[in-house]
Amino acid sequence: MTTETAAAPPPAPAALSAAEAAAQAVERRAGVRRWLLAAPAVTVIGVCGLMPLLIVLAYSWAKPADYAGVVWRFQPDAWVNLLFQQDIFSDALTPNYAYYSIYLRSVEMAFLTTTLALIVGFPTAYFIATRSPRNRNVWLFLITIPFWSNLLIRIYAIMMIIRDDGYLNHALISLGFIDQPVPIIYTNYAVAYGLIYAYLPLMVMPLYASIEKLDFRLVEAGYDLYASRLKVLWHVIVPLVKPGIVAGCTLVFIPAIGDYIIAQMLGGGNRMMLGNLIAQQFSTARNWPQGSALALGLMSVVMLALMFYAARMQRSRAQ
Amino acid sequence: MKPTITAAMVGIGIAFAGSSALADGELHIYNWGDYTSPDVIKKFEQAYNVKVTLDSYDSNDQMIAKIKAGGSGYDIVVPSSYVIPSMVKDGLLAQTEPDQMENFKNMRPEFVHVYWDDGRHYTVPWQWGTTGISVNTDLYKGEADSWALLFNPPEELKGKINVVPEMGDVMNAVSFYLGLPLCSDKKEDLKKINDTLVAAKPSWRTLDYGTLEKLTGKDVAVSMNWNGYSMRARMQLPSIKYVYPKEGIASWMDNVAVVKDAPNMDNAKKFQNFIMDPQNAAGLSSFARYDNGIAGSQQYMPDDMKSAPEIVPPAGFKANFVPGCPQEVADIYSKIWNNLLK
Amino acid sequence: MSQAAAVPLPKPGARRAAQRGRGKPPRFDVRRLPGFATMAWVCVIGLYAPIVVLVIYSFNDNPSVTIWTGFSWRWYASAFGNEQIRDAALLSLRVAVTAAIVATAFATMAALATTRVPSFRGLTAIYAIINQPLMVPEIVTGIATVVFFALIKQLTGIYGLGYLITAHIVFCIPFAYLPIRARLEDMDRAYEIAAADLYATPWRAFRYVTLPLLVPGILGGAMLAFLVSLDDVVITVLVSGPGEETLPLYVIGQVKRGVTPELNAMATLFLAASTLFATLFFLLTRKRAG
Repeated sequence: MTTETAAAPPPAPAALSAAEAAAQAVERRAGVRRWLLAAPAVTVIGVCGLMPLLIVLAYSWAKPADYAGVVWRFQPDAWVNLLFQQDIFSDALTPNYAYYSIYLRSVEMAFLTTTLALIVGFPTAYFIATRSPRNRNVWLFLITIPFWSNLLIRIYAIMMIIRDDGYLNHALISLGFIDQPVPIIYTNYAVAYGLIYAYLPLMVMPLYASIEKLDFRLVEAGYDLYASRLKVLWHVIVPLVKPGIVAGCTLVFIPAIGDYIIAQMLGGGNRMMLGNLIAQQFSTARNWPQGSALALGLMSVVMLALMFYAARMQRSRAQ
Repeated sequence: MKPTITAAMVGIGIAFAGSSALADGELHIYNWGDYTSPDVIKKFEQAYNVKVTLDSYDSNDQMIAKIKAGGSGYDIVVPSSYVIPSMVKDGLLAQTEPDQMENFKNMRPEFVHVYWDDGRHYTVPWQWGTTGISVNTDLYKGEADSWALLFNPPEELKGKINVVPEMGDVMNAVSFYLGLPLCSDKKEDLKKINDTLVAAKPSWRTLDYGTLEKLTGKDVAVSMNWNGYSMRARMQLPSIKYVYPKEGIASWMDNVAVVKDAPNMDNAKKFQNFIMDPQNAAGLSSFARYDNGIAGSQQYMPDDMKSAPEIVPPAGFKANFVPGCPQEVADIYSKIWNNLLK
Repeated sequence: MSQAAAVPLPKPGARRAAQRGRGKPPRFDVRRLPGFATMAWVCVIGLYAPIVVLVIYSFNDNPSVTIWTGFSWRWYASAFGNEQIRDAALLSLRVAVTAAIVATAFATMAALATTRVPSFRGLTAIYAIINQPLMVPEIVTGIATVVFFALIKQLTGIYGLGYLITAHIVFCIPFAYLPIRARLEDMDRAYEIAAADLYATPWRAFRYVTLPLLVPGILGGAMLAFLVSLDDVVITVLVSGPGEETLPLYVIGQVKRGVTPELNAMATLFLAASTLFATLFFLLTRKRAG
């Protein structure tokens, strides 16, 4: 729409010109309309998503009841336990190495998953984005179809392949490569494979969207300046598709670090990650406040990281 | 947008409508997974014209969590003996007075005055059994008669063991193995338990409830297991043997209880009465392969159960229904357990 | 080395220019990077391997999932006749379709309200609230939601499938929101400005210009929401009431109990159905984009 020309004389300090008042009124109506539009989504999530979180927050400061639920008495133990624990037999406060190792394992696993997903996903997205438009759709179609079948069933299929009595071991034995089955399932690798398998589309899609919009004339310019393929990749392509890379990594890292089902199915309950630890607090460990504290801790760390990243993006965009 | 809104409205309408029963009501059962005979359910549905839904849980804790949260919508739950006292204390179960029901006369007398429900005012026996060890004798040919299989395994078994992550069962088993009194609260005893478990854990491959699958799928050679489930594993894979460890073995009984705020109280009571009938009790047993608490059901049970080693214990066996431990001990057990499960 | 100076260096880009001029395909494709094609193929093979195995063994005559004894259709027959599978599938679809439709509608409105607008007070708050379900581990959302719903059930006495669907809507909204927002940000405002110049009212501009351009984003969001709801396990396990067994719940139960090829058969049937659906979807979006 047309903007006001700047040549109007400055208005009297107390009164606004009619045009400016009208503009403000339009802006206010637009503001109200925006709130109304966003209202349904915000209400649903606010009531059914945030309210429960407040309950969880309240739980984290309470005392665990005998079997399930909480006793409403103040007890900050759950939060203290995130970092320190009371040694079982000496009542001294020691660093909670048990939890530290789980934190570390979860972060490692999430990093591993994200990195591998990037290593596999980036070339794939790049390859698809650089096909001819007709082929591109066929490829996208090919990549998407597996994700239309239920995730659990696909994980179960992976189990069938990699377990000791599974197809892979049978094949390897009958081909004579090995004598005894190789234990692949219930290891870190199995869990990593499962996680990558589940979250790969969340990496490929944003990458693809970014690479598709890439102006390849810039790439050509790089080659024209005698840059090697690697240099062009690192100095031209990657910076240009950075939003896609970051989006993909975020969308993979966050679910991976909180994952529970895949780690349980492929890890055998022996390789605890944060998701399993939290779930366990609500069942066999019978410590709802602890589970609540752990979950909120995880959530805060993730949110802090996201906010930190968003702030940096704002600053770099402002520059 | 309009068609979308209409569709959304219709969808929400369908969603909230829920399924209407054409029967005389419904019954919502919440039981352990793979533990309920579909034939018995069908028989009940036909006898009383009731629509039954069946959902499953893995562990007492999972079930209690859902019931305690309230508003679960379930009528019938099947808790194990050692959690019933605290469920009653928390007011989660309805006092349905099975001792005044018609079929109560069929209950085996030794199961009427039990520590978790003296005189049977809340619960009715479902199945009872023992928690021992299942061994795949094709994969392990050595001596199999002791809890050492789990807590101090021979070299060849390391990495081929599954332990069910049910804290009560594991703690009892370790206490038996170390020769300690159950629920001991002495610091040295607890330390021994802790150290044994921590030392044994690296030899375990998995900590999972799905023992049948793990054994028949040959993921593990040895697993802590319940006798009836072990028998079902043997029916699929004949080399599975059930072991009664020499140091001691705990018994448990799962009982049918009615949830305090059950929406279908009458049908729930009918169900409690229904399974005290010897034929129905035998039906449950023939599916799950455990013994039941109803006299007169022996004659209806399948033949292979009458002589199965899983059901007929070795000479000198006495059923030891182990209660839960007092709260202070349970708290320390929890700490040990959490430390172990990291 | 000294001979090199005597040979004139080619002009930058000359080789490609020359080839383009001659109408031959360029020998050096700027877009091709070594190994990337291989990786893409590896990716596809890795994605399909479990599925192929799943499909093949659904025809296995032997009840054990790993020992092949012969070709048979029996598991398909039993899967078709299995009432539990049918009920679970229908329930899953019911929940997913409803949740996807409502979530997409809400997400579209929210996206329109929060994208391409000058920053207003509360914009960051709205954005944070909408994306919040993505950041909380599902187990936590599940437990908190159960407790919250239990309170409501006790206060109002209302039971029903609505609770499960509401829980699904909550986590579906952010998944629908992101693609719609991305599409909206990408849209060229030139069309809308042109519409305004042609005296279209804001509503007509929206209905006839913005909305049609937005449809691929909306469809993408709806599809994502649908898939996410269909696959959900953790929240569903906790929030579902008696008798509300969705497909993932059924699968988990089977996996724990010991699997027969009937599960493979069921999975293959679903794969076939969803492939059909995906094909239709792709054909539809292709026409719109073209």
